[in-house]
Amino acid sequence: MPNNDAHPKHNIDRDRLVELYRTMRRIRAFEEAAEKASLSGRVGGAVHLSIGQEAIAAGVCANLRRSDQITTTHRGHGHCIAKGTDPGAMMLELFGKQGGTCGGKGGSMHIADFQAGMLGANGVVAAGIPIAVGAAHGAKLLGEDRVVVCFFGDGAINRGPFMEGLNWASVFHLPVLFVCEQNGFASTTHSDAVTAGPGANARAESLGLEAFEVDGNDVAAVDGLVGDLIPRIRGGAGPKFLSAQTYRLKGHTSVDPGHYRDQDYAAAQWEKDPLLRTAADLRRLGVSEAQLALIDKGADAEMKVVTDAAEAADYPALEQAFTDIQDIGAPVWRDQS
Amino acid sequence: MSVISYQEAALQAVAEEMRRDHRVWALGEDLGRGGVFGQYRGLLEEFGPQRIADTPISEATIMGASVGAALVGTRPVVEMRFADFALCAVDEMVNQAAKARFMFGGQARVPMVIRQPSGMWRSSAAQHSQSLEAWYAHIPGLVVVAPYTPADNKGLLKSAIRCDDPVIYIEHKDNWALEGEVPDEADYLVPLGPARLARTGNDLTLVTWSKMVGVAEKAAALASLQGMEIEVIDLRTIWPWDQELVFASVAKTKRLMVVHEAVQVGGFGAEIAATVAEHMAHVLTAPICRMGAPRAPISYAKPLENQLRITPEQIVATASRQIGH
Ligand SMILES: Cc1ncc(C[n+]2csc(CCOP(=O)(O)OP(=O)(O)O)c2C)c(N)n1
Ligand SMILES: [Mg+2]
Repeated sequence: MPNNDAHPKHNIDRDRLVELYRTMRRIRAFEEAAEKASLSGRVGGAVHLSIGQEAIAAGVCANLRRSDQITTTHRGHGHCIAKGTDPGAMMLELFGKQGGTCGGKGGSMHIADFQAGMLGANGVVAAGIPIAVGAAHGAKLLGEDRVVVCFFGDGAINRGPFMEGLNWASVFHLPVLFVCEQNGFASTTHSDAVTAGPGANARAESLGLEAFEVDGNDVAAVDGLVGDLIPRIRGGAGPKFLSAQTYRLKGHTSVDPGHYRDQDYAAAQWEKDPLLRTAADLRRLGVSEAQLALIDKGADAEMKVVTDAAEAADYPALEQAFTDIQDIGAPVWRDQS
Repeated sequence: MSVISYQEAALQAVAEEMRRDHRVWALGEDLGRGGVFGQYRGLLEEFGPQRIADTPISEATIMGASVGAALVGTRPVVEMRFADFALCAVDEMVNQAAKARFMFGGQARVPMVIRQPSGMWRSSAAQHSQSLEAWYAHIPGLVVVAPYTPADNKGLLKSAIRCDDPVIYIEHKDNWALEGEVPDEADYLVPLGPARLARTGNDLTLVTWSKMVGVAEKAAALASLQGMEIEVIDLRTIWPWDQELVFASVAKTKRLMVVHEAVQVGGFGAEIAATVAEHMAHVLTAPICRMGAPRAPISYAKPLENQLRITPEQIVATASRQIGH
């Protein structure tokens, strides 16, 4: 783990850091609203929160063009918001309502927004890796200069598609940035306890990828490093790998209290909350309390509006259960109710 | 018309579609040397290594990368080499390819063809011989095709490549050398869905597909010598299957037999039998009959392997009992 006490001062522009903070704050506010809606039963199904990991999403996606693409995981709200997906459509999706990113057919784990280059969250661990690699392969075939960023967790590196996908990206020299979010857990299991060898970067390097390590709770560090990597990847330098150290401040899902972890350690991690750290850095750079409060309140207000709207919205028309399945051999809708 | 092989027909289909649409590409193991059955021979020379891509032995990623590449606007033809190996990529077929369009609310399509050479073929034992079409027919989102004639292999493969749905495309390994007449016209397409009436008859409707069509045709010829006229329907598309043609035939013959090489238990024949029973029980004059493989892994030793094969003689014997019913 990088030493947080000695975290480097990057020469980040104040306005840029303000924008990164705003993105992180919007992610946090979205997820706090989603958490509440989940715990009160208004949002069903599993909701995986990325609270504590926002700096990675914000710092990476700030360096992408809208035409660049990402794939994400079950824990993907932050990546979507940072990539430019409308939180209103996302919240509608969580509520399973009309107007959701996927028309209410996917929910939290299948949010996608192709217009914003968000090629889909995924309910299957590591499944986004080959898809990201293929999207980059497609870009290369079509002669488009897109970069694809593939987000996944430290648990995913133990699935076969991780090895296959990295090997593939390396062999075909594809424009992919792999971002491994090392939040310490794979569900309720400590990732370290089930991961052999020296870790993700060593695995990546063994397959010919240049691998980097960053403090994933330091948004300026993530932004700075990814800001160097993306133009190189776009310029044809081949795939790169980034391990971002972070901590999952909440349970595996919204309803998991996380009793299986060392409670003192977990509590201490809140002091490294990337939002607190960024706010402190902003103060040092001369941003006033009032300015920070404005950002915080703005994010909360935005997410309150989208949550209220999602709650009030209608469910999709029933025949939607039968649409967008296939052109040939699709089922015929009959009202089952 | 030209007389060409099933393999040559497939080769022509891919080449023509690749010439027609620059977004079409093929990927899989050993494609650069023509593929293990020669069904890609010469394509590397014409289209280059970008579009005839030699991949690592990474079935999950061959499939998953194809999903990603399809989502961003290319049209991959995915070679799985043997249907048995596609099982290393089931998540990518079933959870990703088949569901992306629906889960994402119609934002994207997954136009890919998944070629799975299938079936029993020269002492290949339990891991190189399976027929698993019923598994895929069970999955919403997938189209399942199993051509028998060279003409259909050309026309259906071209249609599959043009289709915006993921298509499981099952070629029988024993058919590569089978020759038949194939129309010469540049855009010879066979639509996905409609079955083919392979032989007409009034006494019994026999529904089958893939290599079993040939076995059924032999059986029908033998039966004819005994005064029984079997109508043979080559289903050729398993999902969606041609209910209209099957129903019309059963309405005429009043008897149904379904024959397939796959294990009979839970085979796609059960779906056809049940559907006909649900809709047409009142016209049937004999119980519906299914013939498929016993629920046993496929053996290596020839005499054991033969225990799992359905012969024309067995079909005739079963048909004559059914017709005499
Ligand atoms: C193939 C597969 N196996 C198991 C699961 C159940 N599961 C969902 S998330 C998860 C943990 C994933 O850990 P990691 O990749 O580190 O991501 P994180 O949740 O920490 O973001 C598990 C085991 C799954 N979704 N997919
Ligand atoms: Mg993890």
